[in-house]
Amino acid sequence: MALTETGPLALPSGDGAGSPRPLGVFARPRTTHGWRSWVTTVDHKKIGIMYGATALFFFLVGGMEALLIRLQLATPNGKLLSADLYNQVFTMHGTTMVFLVVMPLGAGFMNYLVPLQIGARDVAFPRLNAFGFWCFLAGGLVLNSSWLLGHAPDGGWFMYAPNSGVQFSPTHGIDFWNMGLLFTGIASLTGAINLITTVLNMRAPGMSMFKMPVFTWMTLVTQFLLLFAIPVLTAAQFLLMFDRLFGAKFFDVSAGADPLLWENLFWIFGHPEVYIMILPAFGLVSEILPVFSRKPIFGYPFMVFSGIAIGVMGWGVWAHHMFASGIGPYSVAAFSMSTMLIAVPTGIKVFNWIATMWGGQVRFKAPMLYAIGMVAMFTVGGLSGVTHAVSPADTQQTDTYYIVAHFHYVLFGGALFVFVGGFYYYWPKVFGYFLSDAGGKLNFWILFVGFNMTFGPMHILGLRGQPRRVYTYRSNYGYEFWNMVSTIGAIIIGISFLVLMANIAIGYARAKRLSAGGPLTAPPDPWDARSLEWLTANPTPVHNFDRVPTIRFGLDELFYRKYREDEGGRLVRVATAEEVVEKGDRTDVHLPSPSYWPIVVAFGLPFVGWGLIYNLWLALVGGAVVVLGIFGWALEPSVDDEGGPLHPDHGQPPTTGESGAAEAPVEQEAALVD
Amino acid sequence: MTDATLAEGPVVVAPGDYDDDHPVTNTGLSNNKLAMWVFLASECLLFGGLISTYLLYKDNNISGGPLPRQIYDIPFTSISSFVLLTSSLTMVLAVSAIARGEERRGRTWLATTAGLGMVFISGQVYEFQTFVREGMGFTTNAASSAFFTLTGFHGVHVTMGIIMLVSLVVLSLRGRLGVERAETVEIVGLYWHFVDVVWILIFTVVYLIP
Repeated sequence: MALTETGPLALPSGDGAGSPRPLGVFARPRTTHGWRSWVTTVDHKKIGIMYGATALFFFLVGGMEALLIRLQLATPNGKLLSADLYNQVFTMHGTTMVFLVVMPLGAGFMNYLVPLQIGARDVAFPRLNAFGFWCFLAGGLVLNSSWLLGHAPDGGWFMYAPNSGVQFSPTHGIDFWNMGLLFTGIASLTGAINLITTVLNMRAPGMSMFKMPVFTWMTLVTQFLLLFAIPVLTAAQFLLMFDRLFGAKFFDVSAGADPLLWENLFWIFGHPEVYIMILPAFGLVSEILPVFSRKPIFGYPFMVFSGIAIGVMGWGVWAHHMFASGIGPYSVAAFSMSTMLIAVPTGIKVFNWIATMWGGQVRFKAPMLYAIGMVAMFTVGGLSGVTHAVSPADTQQTDTYYIVAHFHYVLFGGALFVFVGGFYYYWPKVFGYFLSDAGGKLNFWILFVGFNMTFGPMHILGLRGQPRRVYTYRSNYGYEFWNMVSTIGAIIIGISFLVLMANIAIGYARAKRLSAGGPLTAPPDPWDARSLEWLTANPTPVHNFDRVPTIRFGLDELFYRKYREDEGGRLVRVATAEEVVEKGDRTDVHLPSPSYWPIVVAFGLPFVGWGLIYNLWLALVGGAVVVLGIFGWALEPSVDDEGGPLHPDHGQPPTTGESGAAEAPVEQEAALVD
Repeated sequence: MTDATLAEGPVVVAPGDYDDDHPVTNTGLSNNKLAMWVFLASECLLFGGLISTYLLYKDNNISGGPLPRQIYDIPFTSISSFVLLTSSLTMVLAVSAIARGEERRGRTWLATTAGLGMVFISGQVYEFQTFVREGMGFTTNAASSAFFTLTGFHGVHVTMGIIMLVSLVVLSLRGRLGVERAETVEIVGLYWHFVDVVWILIFTVVYLIP
């Protein structure tokens, strides 16, 4: 493909011949420090950090809810929560952990890492990226405002109809759930469009699709799943909203409505959703294991294609959530088989991770412990998942604690374990200081013990028949002992996260002391890493790369800039990390300008939500803010030409460093052949 | 990796051949256009969910009232469908005019497209009013809820398209829609054609299939 003649393709979003400030509402924000720089930022790194921090805040909220559940169930006939309050707490626990913790943690890592891993300066649409984050925050706040405004949603995170109708849930709780998740849905959708465009369009010269790190590949698959799954949930939520607020008849059984409509729509979204949550973790673990095993990822093409296979097959298994709903023997048989089949690509991944470690020089640093722990715990959860595929067994397991055990092993033991490991691994990259490795190991072992104590016994409880979503149980059913063990385990999990917080605080204080007031900087490439994100200085400078890298060695580009194989096939170091890693001191890179508009538009959304619930005039005001905000946004140039760091001679290639003139055309072609 | 690259030694500073301000994209499509295609792919699933819901409920009037198919006026809707499809033609003419730099002609076609869209929406409003008068409101039965939701969502999409088209006309009147912005018009055109294609599907499924 000869595309070199095409010239500039990306149009600025609104620069005409007219004035550079078309709507004189806001002066262009220019701050680079303080809270305003965060509110107006369009930097993918800051947005990634905000996703992570917000997710940790909601993790605290959801964790409290989990502890309330466990304290209520510690002993028979628990009195801590009423049945009604218990319904709210488990609904909010599930919804919070899925939509406000695991998904945004994944989004945080993806936002931060994907541009760095493909050698880009930012995502394709920086302002849209900021908008996505603010929408997510707005959704989380609207959802949790239900606690303060009377009654939280109480229909379970799956919100089955007709139980979610006004007749059975007369408070506004479920309306808050609807509004909140519609807004987080906007965040997911804009994020998906943004990251897909980024990965497909903005890779550095030489970075073809099959030279991308596994994490970037899993991000791409995840974003395609979001792209197609979120609108199905949105459609279902609109139907529910119309039913509850405007009296439509979609889920009104007295009008002959079919309750299976909601179940089908929800799980067509809901099953891809579980892969949306786990695939970023699959990607992260595929980054951590090779680094600490000092081996390339085993079977890279298999890792990529099994990820794609999971993404495709994930659309054909949703009805295994509905085996007990009477969908008929043929449907059950078909979905049983497809569910067993989807275990195959997942199994390929597990074997490849193990093979990556096999024969490697394994270093048991804290991130590695979490990665290995994830592989083990996820395998346990995956195996109990295969037992659900056997439909006769599943009808016994449905609605028992066995199911609870299964999905906590895959989502907590799978996704959250590796996200915490990702914190330890990327902390110096993001914040410029290390978390204590010993503290990290302590954190891991406490978490590991607490996790298995909490969720392991639930397998037994479930097989003995304890139903989920029931606020208490009587004595003499044989549930007492394991419930108590589980509650103690939950408290231990809580302690492990206190250790994480302490580790962060102590690490920060120590780094501040050592830097003596200066900026925090970690040494380059501290883990002897393999992929491009570590080519940048630590912490990552605002412009990412001093020079956009050209990929010469393919996968593990950074590693092969440091090492070569000699005749005997042994690795020989040819360059130190200091020589290879950039200094991050370039100051003349033209970056997208910050903007107020994303937060302005997102600010209108909660008022639309609350307005639809309480008073349509409020919705009108919120809607006006949104519409005017969108116009302000559209008319604002994406790059401010008046201020900010400008390119010295616009239109010329950057000239810092030695330019290998002879190589340039060849590499350009390599970038474009894909 | 060839032997030649191996022999070169470490790459300390990657040689520059990359223009930060005018990157050439990997696919050759601009970011904006690719994003619109990706967004439209997502929209398919939104309408997919709503069309499935309609198909499930189209014969369900257990709670009383007429079914949509009992009170359709197919000739009327055919005419408004024809109007909407014609607007795709005028959209194409607008895109090609702007791409050739004929700003005035492009503006005329954009305004025509928006006008045809408004005619379609007016027809839909009239149709909805008629149905309500004939006893089929939004909350009458499951079929009517599904009908108004599906066609209403499409109507909202057309309305948003009209807002975009009118914005383009205003930009053009202020002399800011020259040939350099041809791609923006093309992207709005993508959206407009998508909305039309969805209407072909809805018209077939809702009105034509008995």
